[in-house]
Amino acid sequence: MERSVSFTLNGQSTTVKTDDERMLLWVLRSDLGLTGTKFGCGEGLCGACTVIVEDEALRSCATPLKQVAGKRVLTIEGIGQHGLHAIQRAFLSHQAFQCGYCTPGMILSAYALLLKTPHPTREQVARHMEDNLCRCGAHPRILDAIQEAAGAAKAGA
Amino acid sequence: MAEQAIATPMTRRDLLGAGAGLFVFFGADLEAQEPVRLPGRQSGPSDFNAYLKIGADGRVTCLGGKVELGQGAMTELAMALAEELAVALDTVDVVLGDTDLCPFDMGTFGSMCTPLLVPAVRRAGAEAKAVLLAMTAERLNVPAGQLRAEAGIISESSHPSNAVTYGQLVEGKRIERRLANVPVKTGAFQVMGSSPRRRDGPDKVTGSARYAGDILLPGLLHAAILRPPAHGASLKSADTSEAEKIPGVRVVREGSLVAVLHERPDVARAAREKVRAEFDNPPAGPDDRTIFDHFLKIAPEPRVVAHSGDLAEGERLAAAVVEQTYLNSYVAHAPMETHSATAQVEDGKVTVWASSQAPFQVKNAVASALGVTAEKVRVISRYVGGGFGGKTEADQGVEAARLARLTGKPVQVVYSREEEFFYDRFRPAAVMKIRAGLANGKIVLWDGQVYGAGEREADPFYEIPHRRIASVGGWQGGNPPGMHPFSVGAWRAPSVNSNTFARESHIDLLAAKAAMDPLAFRLNNLANGRIRRVLETAAREFGWTPAGTPSGRGFGMACGVYSNACNATIAEVAVNRATGAIQVKRVLMALDEGMVVNPDGMRQQAEGSVMMGLGYSLGEEIRFRNGEVLSNNFDSYRIPRFSWLPKIQIVLLDNPDTPALGGGEPPIISMGAALANAVFDAVGARVLQLPMTPERVKAALAQS
Repeated sequence: MERSVSFTLNGQSTTVKTDDERMLLWVLRSDLGLTGTKFGCGEGLCGACTVIVEDEALRSCATPLKQVAGKRVLTIEGIGQHGLHAIQRAFLSHQAFQCGYCTPGMILSAYALLLKTPHPTREQVARHMEDNLCRCGAHPRILDAIQEAAGAAKAGA
Repeated sequence: MAEQAIATPMTRRDLLGAGAGLFVFFGADLEAQEPVRLPGRQSGPSDFNAYLKIGADGRVTCLGGKVELGQGAMTELAMALAEELAVALDTVDVVLGDTDLCPFDMGTFGSMCTPLLVPAVRRAGAEAKAVLLAMTAERLNVPAGQLRAEAGIISESSHPSNAVTYGQLVEGKRIERRLANVPVKTGAFQVMGSSPRRRDGPDKVTGSARYAGDILLPGLLHAAILRPPAHGASLKSADTSEAEKIPGVRVVREGSLVAVLHERPDVARAAREKVRAEFDNPPAGPDDRTIFDHFLKIAPEPRVVAHSGDLAEGERLAAAVVEQTYLNSYVAHAPMETHSATAQVEDGKVTVWASSQAPFQVKNAVASALGVTAEKVRVISRYVGGGFGGKTEADQGVEAARLARLTGKPVQVVYSREEEFFYDRFRPAAVMKIRAGLANGKIVLWDGQVYGAGEREADPFYEIPHRRIASVGGWQGGNPPGMHPFSVGAWRAPSVNSNTFARESHIDLLAAKAAMDPLAFRLNNLANGRIRRVLETAAREFGWTPAGTPSGRGFGMACGVYSNACNATIAEVAVNRATGAIQVKRVLMALDEGMVVNPDGMRQQAEGSVMMGLGYSLGEEIRFRNGEVLSNNFDSYRIPRFSWLPKIQIVLLDNPDTPALGGGEPPIISMGAALANAVFDAVGARVLQLPMTPERVKAALAQS
């Protein structure tokens, strides 16, 4: 039902008045104009719509708005607000994308991983990223980039 | 014009980045483009102004009718222009896929960007640089031979301070002077041959890259369109009253087009679910298991497409004959971005942002659907989230444009994933029958028929004295009525994946029959020096040692040709006999792509081809029944993911004497056969149908 829902979006307090059963993806993209979060499948199967809610990677296409009330939400627009994040820099240096459509979801999934596991093994990275789909086949470079970002994070970057 | 561009986030950055001096001649330039804007033409304009602009601030804009699908066109074209025009790469902005700004182009398919557009941009850059040198010679009163152009500055060699910048020379205007037959550079490249960072990178890692569905315009309505449940089902009735009760919903009907619109996309979709529609049941049709018999039943005698010698003589010479039938399944393109479009009709001008590989074709389609002249339509395909051949047509662009006109509002159409699968023009399923004869380690006979896939690369490049190749149906059309139960189309290296799978599988069968090592057998039957070289290179880099197959090692090789690019792939697999699961441990691919403009770009394409090739080889297959597409999302249609990733080794052969060849498609063609041959080599079971699902592997094991 229509309600005012407040949450912290990319560090800014945000209030949206809408049906709070609507999925976060569409509120972000349409109501708030943040189109960096992508629609890919609508059923939480591909990871293109991944955002961070309270340090967890969530599929925004399957997350009702009411679920983020009072919480911190981070999207691709927020991750590099103060200069590119180490993961973004590593995606650039490894050319870890082609069409780029899955890239925001990949970067945010990796962000969640590194919050919990700052120094993952390659196998841990691959397992964590398993349900983020990339059709162009940038997989080896994405793994390289995340591992490099983890190394950079260790060095304090 | 400038106003419209500013209103849209997609072009704003380019225009601002390119400097205000650009505005004046975008409109004036159409003359240079119009004469070649004819359907069916491959070539672009000859006027170099169509491909480049030099702003008053010295920034250069490279214009191309191709589209950035992820294949790296932006980067490669910027490199080509920087090289020939002698400007720094980071001063080049690239505008692609905008039909008002860019020179005509048929479409981004067939791996033609590198062999066709790159040379055109190079010629344009070389001519422009020569003209600038001539202008400078007059301005500084210095012979042109004593001038040098570097980093956008022309200076006198002996007095470097006597200099003028491109920006000062051109002053943001169109360059009227022409020079004929200006040669492009033949060596000593400074930019080409390097691997710079992708130009689309910053936009893509920050989420600021705008795809067609990211265009938000004031008053925008999102359309959810009523779709049939199956191909061949036609609409009988639609009751939209429940949908219309939802606040803000508009329903639009025009003929069979029934659309539910709302300012929020999810609300529009939910409202569409409230439409009570009745469809006629489609006639019963084949399913994914009966399709191959269906082909053979309805297809006429295949047409002979290649022939030499005398098959009867080949039969007489053959000491052994090997006959086999290979099957390939329908596969989907499944780009991560579904077909999307945003359309706006304003003062009679139609603007469509479309995820399309062929914006100029969309332009014509929209003009035709709306009954307006093509000049009234602008199509912009700036960033496209993957194509692979599946976005050469853009029905969603036409739908959005029709709805924009009907509603008087900007309209966005974004296919759901289910719609994306339903309307995909699949890679056609295929039946390949091959009968080949052997004598003393030589192939003396090859009699092949291909049904459904098309004949490209069905004719073996091996030395075979008596051969005949026949084909019926294909991805390009010309199929017997009712052959394919839905539309089929180009899928990354169309028809070549199927024919390469069959040919190279059969070569390994012949090698086994001849008790020869598969590499030695290929070389024994191959005269083509470039294919021999990729094979030998791949074998050396892989560490191939001669052995008959099956050797138990799980090594399989295949080679192939696509548009003059050659490759050889060697795979190492392990097969679980109990489950039928295939684990791909390593894939090595050697490629002869001629001169390589951007080596890392080429590697990206090859790595991506390995991953996508794993999909059609091991798991991807459209399930369907009576016109209904049962594979309709990423749970019922599994594409390769991180756990599938093998060790990938890409070897680029040095071949600067062959012009640069397209790189998007060739690397994928030999994956199917390399893996099938590796499975056979591992466990002695020959899987004759792609994808090699665990069930098919177990069935093949049971028969081996």
